[in-house]
Order: sequence, then structure tokens, then C-alpha cells
Amino acid sequence: MPDTLAIKRISASPSALIPLESLRSGGPVYSKLVDISKCIGCKGCEVACKEWNDLKVEQTSNFGSMQSHKDLSSNTWLLMRFNEVEIGDDLSWMIKKDACLHCEEPGCLFACPAPGAIVQYQNGIVDFNQDQCIGCQNCVSGCPFDIPRFDKETKTVAKCNMCIDRVEVGLEPACVKTCPTNAIQWGIKDDMLALAEKKVETMKRRGYEHAALYNPGGVGGTHMMYVVPHGDRLEDYSLPAHPVASPAPLGGLNVLRRVGSYLLGFGVLSALAHFLAVGPMSPEEDS
Amino acid sequence: MPISRRTFLKASVAGVGISALGFDLKPAYAAVRQLKIRNAREYKTVCPYCAVGCGTIAYVHGSGGLNTTNTIIHVEGDPDNPINGGTLCPKGASQMGLAISPRLRKSPMFREGGASEWREVDWDFAMDWLARKFKESRDATFTEQDSQGRTVNRTNGIAWVGSATVANEDAYLITKTMRAMGLTYIDHQARI
Amino acid sequence: MASLAATFGRGAMTNHWKDIKNADVVLVMGANPAENHPCGFKWALEARDENGAKLVTIDPRFTRTSAVADKHLQIRPGSDIAILGGLIRHILTNDLHHADYVRAHTNASFIISGDFGFEDGLFSGFEEAGSRYDKTSWSYQRAADGYVRRDPTLEDPQCVFQLLRRHYDRYTPAMVAQIAGCSEEKFLEMADIICSTGRADRVGTIMYAVGWTMHTVGSQIIRTGAILQLLLGNIGRPGGGINALRGHANVQGATDHAIVAGILPGYLKVPTPEQTTLAEHLEASTPQPLVPDTVNYWGNYPKFLVSQLKAWFGDSATAANEFGYHYLGKPDGDATWLSIWDEAYHGRLEGFITLGFNPLLAGPDIPRLLKSMSRLKWMTVIDPFMLDSAEFWKAPGMNPAEIDTEVLYLPTTHWIERDGSFTNSGRWAQWKEKAIDPPDGVRSDTWVLSELFWRVKELYQQDGGAYDEPIQNLTWAYLNPREPTLVELAKEINGYDHETGQLLSSFGQLQDDGGTSSGNWLYTGSYTEAGNMMARRGTADPTGLGMHHDWAFSWPANRRVLYNRASADAEGRPWDPSRAGIAWTGREWIGDVPDYGRTTPPDAAGAFIMTEEGVARLFSSQMADGPFSEHYEPVESPTGNALHESVPVNPVINWYDGVRETLAAEGDDFPHACTIYRVVEHEHFVTANVPLLVEAMPDFFIELPEGLAAEKGIENGGRARVWSKRGEVEGVAIVTKRIKPLTVNGQTVWTVGIPVHWGFAGGTGSTHASMANLLTPFIGDANTRCPEFKAFLVNVERA
Repeated sequence: MPDTLAIKRISASPSALIPLESLRSGGPVYSKLVDISKCIGCKGCEVACKEWNDLKVEQTSNFGSMQSHKDLSSNTWLLMRFNEVEIGDDLSWMIKKDACLHCEEPGCLFACPAPGAIVQYQNGIVDFNQDQCIGCQNCVSGCPFDIPRFDKETKTVAKCNMCIDRVEVGLEPACVKTCPTNAIQWGIKDDMLALAEKKVETMKRRGYEHAALYNPGGVGGTHMMYVVPHGDRLEDYSLPAHPVASPAPLGGLNVLRRVGSYLLGFGVLSALAHFLAVGPMSPEEDS
Repeated sequence: MPISRRTFLKASVAGVGISALGFDLKPAYAAVRQLKIRNAREYKTVCPYCAVGCGTIAYVHGSGGLNTTNTIIHVEGDPDNPINGGTLCPKGASQMGLAISPRLRKSPMFREGGASEWREVDWDFAMDWLARKFKESRDATFTEQDSQGRTVNRTNGIAWVGSATVANEDAYLITKTMRAMGLTYIDHQARI
Repeated sequence: MASLAATFGRGAMTNHWKDIKNADVVLVMGANPAENHPCGFKWALEARDENGAKLVTIDPRFTRTSAVADKHLQIRPGSDIAILGGLIRHILTNDLHHADYVRAHTNASFIISGDFGFEDGLFSGFEEAGSRYDKTSWSYQRAADGYVRRDPTLEDPQCVFQLLRRHYDRYTPAMVAQIAGCSEEKFLEMADIICSTGRADRVGTIMYAVGWTMHTVGSQIIRTGAILQLLLGNIGRPGGGINALRGHANVQGATDHAIVAGILPGYLKVPTPEQTTLAEHLEASTPQPLVPDTVNYWGNYPKFLVSQLKAWFGDSATAANEFGYHYLGKPDGDATWLSIWDEAYHGRLEGFITLGFNPLLAGPDIPRLLKSMSRLKWMTVIDPFMLDSAEFWKAPGMNPAEIDTEVLYLPTTHWIERDGSFTNSGRWAQWKEKAIDPPDGVRSDTWVLSELFWRVKELYQQDGGAYDEPIQNLTWAYLNPREPTLVELAKEINGYDHETGQLLSSFGQLQDDGGTSSGNWLYTGSYTEAGNMMARRGTADPTGLGMHHDWAFSWPANRRVLYNRASADAEGRPWDPSRAGIAWTGREWIGDVPDYGRTTPPDAAGAFIMTEEGVARLFSSQMADGPFSEHYEPVESPTGNALHESVPVNPVINWYDGVRETLAAEGDDFPHACTIYRVVEHEHFVTANVPLLVEAMPDFFIELPEGLAAEKGIENGGRARVWSKRGEVEGVAIVTKRIKPLTVNGQTVWTVGIPVHWGFAGGTGSTHASMANLLTPFIGDANTRCPEFKAFLVNVERA
């Protein structure tokens, strides 16, 4: 049985920049693939995510939309966003599953000053550990997709962990398992890339000439990829066209300032460690 | 060497060297919680909502032993079912919330004519009341022969409605019993 | 499903969920499966992407289904027959029908009486007095041998094919556009896609649901869809069919087992007062063959009914007492939903028992239902949850002190605390395991029913009373008579051979002499000596078509596609060998379980074994309102009938006393069409008890088109009030581009959408008491009396 939780990067450590090598090669590197042309916006994934992860039910109210919440939160890691767009005579109801994309080069992890609060596994999953989180929220600004959310009660940040407890034992994430229309699929990333290619072809055959895979290079690719029917209209799906993982070169200093208000001692020291480790070596951007 | 949650502490000490700066590393990786359905017993059932008939698996804690009450902890799709292949819509995916809803009732309730509140009653009272009312209305409205002298053996005084949510076997028993009682006003959700 | 039985001989989804993947065209109309059947809908998307199928929607709104469809056509609520009639005309004027199929498998060649006609909105035989048709002229011409005259050339002007052509010739694209409010061009684009399957190598399916049935012409909408599919040769074939998507877990099974006015289990008929003997009932219910080459399977009716009476009354059912025929009540006319409420409204109904159902919120016209409930002497509500129906005396505007109705509420188990089977829309009966024990204090439905039965029976033994022989003689041979197991009941349903005591394996074994019993012949074979067939879990799919014969049990006889004989041509060769339903090898049929004798040669009888014609009926005299369909307006319509002004609405619907006064009249200001529906996050009312679903879709809302909202000054997310002649609702406005203004008969018509899920007792969020059915009219279909929930009139303002 492969070591399903082999670690690749740890926040606030040199491995954030120089990924740890796994001794055993060929461990599975996973990806979700979201085929937006098959998504009916049923919120099966949204509900399954909350149910599996035992996330708290939030009081919502209808604000003039089929969308349940206005935004993601520390208790809502996955949100279906709805957008009605007219393209010529045709109406397109653009429905997007909004959740962590699990970047290959995770901006959140680069920005995190707390050792071990963010970990990337060899399998591609980027996970937050609330026990180690110092609540500085640097990951929030470090994320090019605006995904992590701060929880005022626990003073930690949370986001989708790709149901790593399931993945560890060989099960697909809850959102994938539940998706009624197979709009979310799961497997080895290479297989998902091949599948995506096929899906793009299918969409083009169906008349979506701008159909495209969304697997942005600026973050090294993602472990949740989308196939988008209107690849020329990423903004209508709230998908940034050129996301980059961008820990500011002096991000650590910022962190020092913010962390100070939360913690002395450990926090300051870990922030310092982060600065020492990351500050001088901001990753090259390829945007 | 492969780094995992089990070996991380050692790895970080040996390989990363942050500890040389004197920081407390603790188990500094994401604390993966254990699979919650681990050791749960599985029951194959069917989603209670629409008529697609999605297969589901109910995960239940409790050994099933004499001194144990089973606790349902999770429901998800049955991957073997050819109809849904393990998938479930938001209703199906949250059906455990229905199974254990705090709003589920546990006692019969009775409302007198003109009353503005319920009162709790026991099952014996409830079934006795229902049987007597049933017989009273049946007796009062039963027609053996209609105005043209034809045998009709019906009661027009009682209606039974429902349900599209009970099992076939209960549905059959409802029809069998109510038709034998002479009811003809019988219908369920299929009409609407 | 009256219309499907009238067309094919059975009323049920012809195919099944997974089969939809085999289609080349999927028409979704009168349904929104992405919203209401997401996991079944996956097979439509599978067809779209893996088969290159076209997926199209026709609906008053751009729905979640439309969001993933290839094409969408917006129509006015209630204009379905115009659209479908236009499609039929499109097929016939462009010769797009599957000619060999139509000749072999439909009654296109049958010759109709010369007295039949249609004029100014009325079929021949209309009797104004009774608002009904004398159907004498809707009959076949007979030859000297007593069988129907047929013209295989389809050229006789009185043959069904020619009558069909003449009848629908009025449904020109211009007329369709005028009625439905769409453009001719868009209609024709849609027609080209839908009518592309009239060939052996192509097949199309229709997915429909209550968007078709809930109209005063609901049954005829379905009839029109069925005619369309017959012309295209799409019935009986994998990937084809006309597929009714049912809305509750066991709505199919509860219908099969006849918790339904007018039928007994297995679609046998409730006897009528005129049928004063069993023999008369059997004669009236057992069809005679109309052509020499028909299986006429309903000819076995006496075996099914006698076996059922044996299952119910056991040794008390003998030839001497007509097998207990007079133990069954003979109803005094219609006994369906609206008639039940009408009885209550007029104070004639004393007691009302509801189980697993929230009838008040189900509507229509909740204000009227509240009055009706207040006039009951007593009511009993049996459900795991306290329901709005049980607390009707607490509803807004009600004064409990003035309501004398006594109400009993009984908490019972729900699905996961019981085993038993559910039959899905596709007729698959799947056995479920019991997962947990019910909490203390909660009893099963079976217990409640048994306890009621025993206590009533004992009261009669003690005190005597009205005719109790059927009660005393009802079989109840269960090991624990106070709570039979569902396995015992499943076996009783399946049936026994009384000579051997063995469970039967097929309804072919049933006898009409009392030698067998079977509670429901359709389920014979579901629980045999080999075990519980409904609990089978074999996943093999050797045909690759998704039939899965080793998974569960599909009635009848484990057949997966109804009428599958029609998937092959006259010689028994599949129309499309890559999607063969069944095929004749020269000695037997292979593939699906044949809807035909396994070794009956292809030319021995017609493909549709459940009709006395042996073929499917393009022309059917079984409908109350016409052998063909006709567009009639909803009883509340924003426009006149463009086809025949003098007959605007269905002329043979039943008007209950006092209902006309509850409808929008000339001069009233209700300009907008309104329709009601479900959303994916909720299942009617029960999901108000599930926190995650309340979170996902919290509040009652009103869907308003952008232009109308602007006109009324209503902002997205603001509040709106909608009212009809009957009641009003208020909620959050969702202002949308997904509903466009329509031009109907030259006028602009707006459509407003209202979801059904909110009530006053179990209600959630901030909008209690906004119940969609406060608005809906108390009027039903001419055949089924299914209420017209889907098209009525309202007005709107900013709240």
C-alpha cells in the first residue's frame, strides 16, 4: 500500500521552496476535474462537503439568488456560485463549484509563517492544520483564488482539505462521490488531463469553440481543474485568468506585525523562522 | 525517505533542521482525522426522496449487541447500484439529517374539538379512539344497497390518503385493509 | 397515466433511468430532471456526451436542466399541446415518421367510423348537458368477420393515419408561435432536432413529469407526446420511450398497489355499481380482441382478479360467493383527490386519515382545503413528523375555538427504520435493509394499520354494526398478526399455488378458479421459492445497454423496457442492432425479457400485447376528452383560444360546485401567467426538517423576469407580493434573465414562478405561511382529475 500521506511541503520551512523528495516514486498524484458543462448546480457537492466534514450549519437567507451563501466561510468550504450571462441571443447560466483548487505551488503555504500549519502532500492535496494555525491570515492574502476563510471563534483559517481522511484510505472526496451528473471526477492527475482533453473536444463538437482546460501555470497547475465551455469568459465564472502564487518578498515582515497582536513567543519565533526560511527566497513567478 | 505523518517529526529534525533554531515542532503536519465510517456497520438501503431509486449505504455505529442502541453516523451513495453509481443529490447526501432530525416525534398527540393546543396521549388511547371513530363513521355512512337496489357495500364517510413514501408492502396492506373496510375515497400523491 | 394506458395498454415509464443513455435525442418537457431527479438525469448527460445526443428543453422557464441542454425553447404555461401538435404536423408534412414502424406497430391503418369528426373545438358526440362525449362515433369500422377494417396503404381517408394528419394540420408553426409565445424560427429549430429520430438507426426519448400532468388537459398532453413517439418509432426501443419521472420514492409502487381511487392492485378495476355480479365485472373489464393477431394480454384479467380476491379473502372467497366480489365497495362516481375534498367541503365526509402525506400543503386552493378540513368530524395524521395538515386549526387566519374537528397525530417510523421495497420510476422494485431501530414510542405503519384493523374487527364482534363480513373474513395469516413482517407481505403480494403451497414464479401461472392467490399479479415473480428477487444485487450488464437483469426486480416479469417487441421490425430484426431490445433468432427471442411470448414467432401477433388491437393507439377512444388531443387553454388563461374562440377550455372537465367563483373573471386584474414547482434542495415539505437543506435553500422566493420586476419596481433580493383570486404569498424576489416576456396572440405575457416547499408549521426561515398552493385553482384534468397546478393567473407588486 502506498504511503498516501507522504509530505511534499511544510509551511514555514525550507520545504516550502524546495519540495521534499519522496523516496518511493510513482505515488499517486491526484486531481479533481470539474466539467462545468455537466454541472447542474444542484449543490450535492456543497451539502456532501458539509455533511462529511461535519461543518456547522450556518443561518442563511435568500438574497435574490439560487446561491445559498454570499461567500465561502470557515464552515462552508465549497459554494456553488450562479451567474446568468447573455451571450448574443443565448442565455448561459454559469454555475461554478467554488472551493480550494489545491495549487501545485500553493500561495497560501508560501505565505504561511506557522510551521506545519499548511502542508502539501505528495499526492497534491494542500491541507490546513488548525492546531498549528496562528490566525495571521497571511494565507488568505497569499491565495490567488480568495479561498481560505478566517474563523473568528477559533481564530484559525479553514478551507477544503480534499477530504484527505477519505483520500488516505483510498476513497474519493465526498463532493466527487456524490456528484449526480459526473461533473466532478477524480483520479490520477495525468488521467484527468487526458480526460479533460477529451471533454474539451466534446464541448467544441457541441459548439463551444472557446472550450478550455483551466489548470493555470502561474500556480504550477492545480489539483482541482475545470473544463470551461466559455474559456474566453473566465471572469464570468470568477476564475482569475492569470493567477500566481505570490508570497511578497518581505511578506514575513508583514507577518511579524500581524502575528504580534495574537501571540508572543512562539508566534514571533515561528514568524521569524518563516522570514528566515522564505523571505529572502521568494519563488520565481512564471506569469 | 518518504515523509509521512508518522515519520514527519523525525524527518523534520533530521532533514529540515528548523529545530536547530530551537523551535518546538510538535507533530507539525495537518492532523488528518480518522475516517469516521471506520468500523461502522453498513446497511444497504434506498433514498427516501424522489423516484430515481438511488441506492444508499447507511453507516451505523454500535455492535448490534443486546445492550447497544445503533447510531447512524453517515449515509452515502451505494456505488454498486447501477442507477446512481454511488452518487446522491443534496437531499440524498444529507438524508442522515432526516433520519435523526430532532423534530421527529415520539408520542401520539390529540386535539379535542375547539381546543387551541395538543395534548399528549398514549398509544392505547390513540388506537382505541381511532378504531371507535372509524367504526362510528363507517356505521353511520355505510351503504349496502344504493337507491337502485344494487349491492354497493361502501362507506362514503371516511377517506384515506397516502402514501407514496411507504414501502410496497405497506402500500399493499393499506389497500387491502381499506378496500375490505368498504372505503372508496382512497388516493395518494400520484394524483397530485 | 391514463393516457399511456389508453395508448399502449399500461400506464408507466416505458423505459428506465439508465436506459436514457442510449438515446440520440432527449426531449425534456414538463419536467426539470436536473432539479428534481439529478441522479437519474446523469444518463441524459451521458447520452449527450458519449452518444453525441442532443439534449433539449421546452419549458416556461430556463431551468437547471436547460443550463446543460443543447437548446431551450421557452413557452407559455399551458401551451404544451400546441407545441407537441406542431411537432406532429412537422413530422407528417415533411414525411419524417418511421414509416415501417408506424405501419407495423400502430393503429395507423385502422379505419374509423364515418361519423367521427372534429369541428370548432369539439369532437363528434359532444353532449352539452352532461359536459361529456358520447363516444359511439369514436369507433373502428368492422369487417364481416367482426374484426376491425384496416388499410395497410394508410391511404383510406378514414384510416387513423389520415385522420391524424387532418387533425393536426391546423398546428402550423405560425399557430404554435401564436399560442405558445415562442418564435416560429426557434420552434422549427427545435422541431428539426426532435423530429430527427424517425429512422431505424436513430432513437429519441422524452422525459416528462408533473409539468405535463398538472393541467386540465394533462392526460392529453401526455397522449400527444406518446403519439409523437409512435410516429417516430421510438416506443419499445432502448434509448426511446415516453418516460414519466415520478416524484416520490415509492409513488410508482403505491400506484401499482393501488392506494388510488378507481383501481385495485395491478391496475385491475374497482367494480362499479352497474356491475352487479362478478361475471358482469369481468365481462366489462376483460377486453375482446379487435384483430385476429393480438395477444390481448388483458384477456387474462379474470385470473388476476380472482387470484387477488383469494389473497384477500382466502377460504372465504369461493366460486359460491363470487370469490368475495361483493366484499369490495362500489364507489358512487369519482373518488379521486378533488372529489374527496369536495365531499369534505360540503360536510359529507366525516373522517379523514392521512399517512405519509401533507395533504393540506399539497393543495390546490389551500383556503378552500382549510374550510374543508374544518368541516370534518375527525382527522388522523400518521407521519414521523408533525405536519401542517395536522395543525390546520393553527393555520394563519384560523380560529381554533370555532373548529370542532378532533385530530389525532400518530408518530410512525420512517424509511431507514424499516425494510421493504420501493419501486422507482423505472419500475425497479429495490429491497432496502433496515438500518436502525425506531426510538421508543414510535410504531411502524404496519403496526398502526394492523392495530386499527384488529380493534375495528373486535368492536364489530362485540357490538355488531354495518356489514362487517369482509372485515371478519379478511385474511390476516401473519405470524405476529399485530405487526406482519414486510417479507410476509411481499410473499402474499407475489402469490402462491394453493395446491403445492409454493410461491409462484410467474403471473403466467395464475388461475381464475381459486387455485392460486396473488395480491398483485404485476409483482408475481418478485418473491419466489428462489428468494427475494427485489434484493438481488448482481451488477452484470451483458447487453451493455444498462438493463441489469440481475439487479432487483422490474415489473412485469423482470422486463426492463416495456413493449420491447416494438424494438424489432415485423420479422423480429432489431431496428438498430447496436441497440437491440430483443431479437428473434428463428426459435426464440433474446435480449431483454420479451414483452411477448419467448418462443412466439414475430408474425404471430402484434407487438403491443396489452391492447386488444395488438398495436399501439394513435387514435384512442379511451380518453374522456377526445381520441386525439386538442389545445385548450388553462381555466385561467391570459388569452383566448386561438384555434377556436368558442371552446376556450377543455369542454369535459368537471366543475365542482362553487369553483367558478374562485377563478379570475372578466375584468379582474390578473394579467400574469404563473406556474409552481420544486427546487433541487427540497422534497416538498419534509426537508424543512433537514438543517443542511434549509441552509442550502432557506427562504420562500418568487422568480420574476427582469422586465416585469423593473416595471413593478421590484429589486433583486427585495420583497414581492403575488396574489391570485384565491390567496396571496409574499417572499424574496429572485429577478432573473431566465424567464423572458412572450408575445401571445399579439399581447405581451409575463410568467411568474413560485416554489412549493414552504408551510406554516414545519416552515423555516423568515417566510412562514407563504404556501404556493394558496394561489392554485381547484380544478382538474378531464381524465384523471389531477389539479391544474401548473398554469393559472396572478398579479404582482412590490411588498
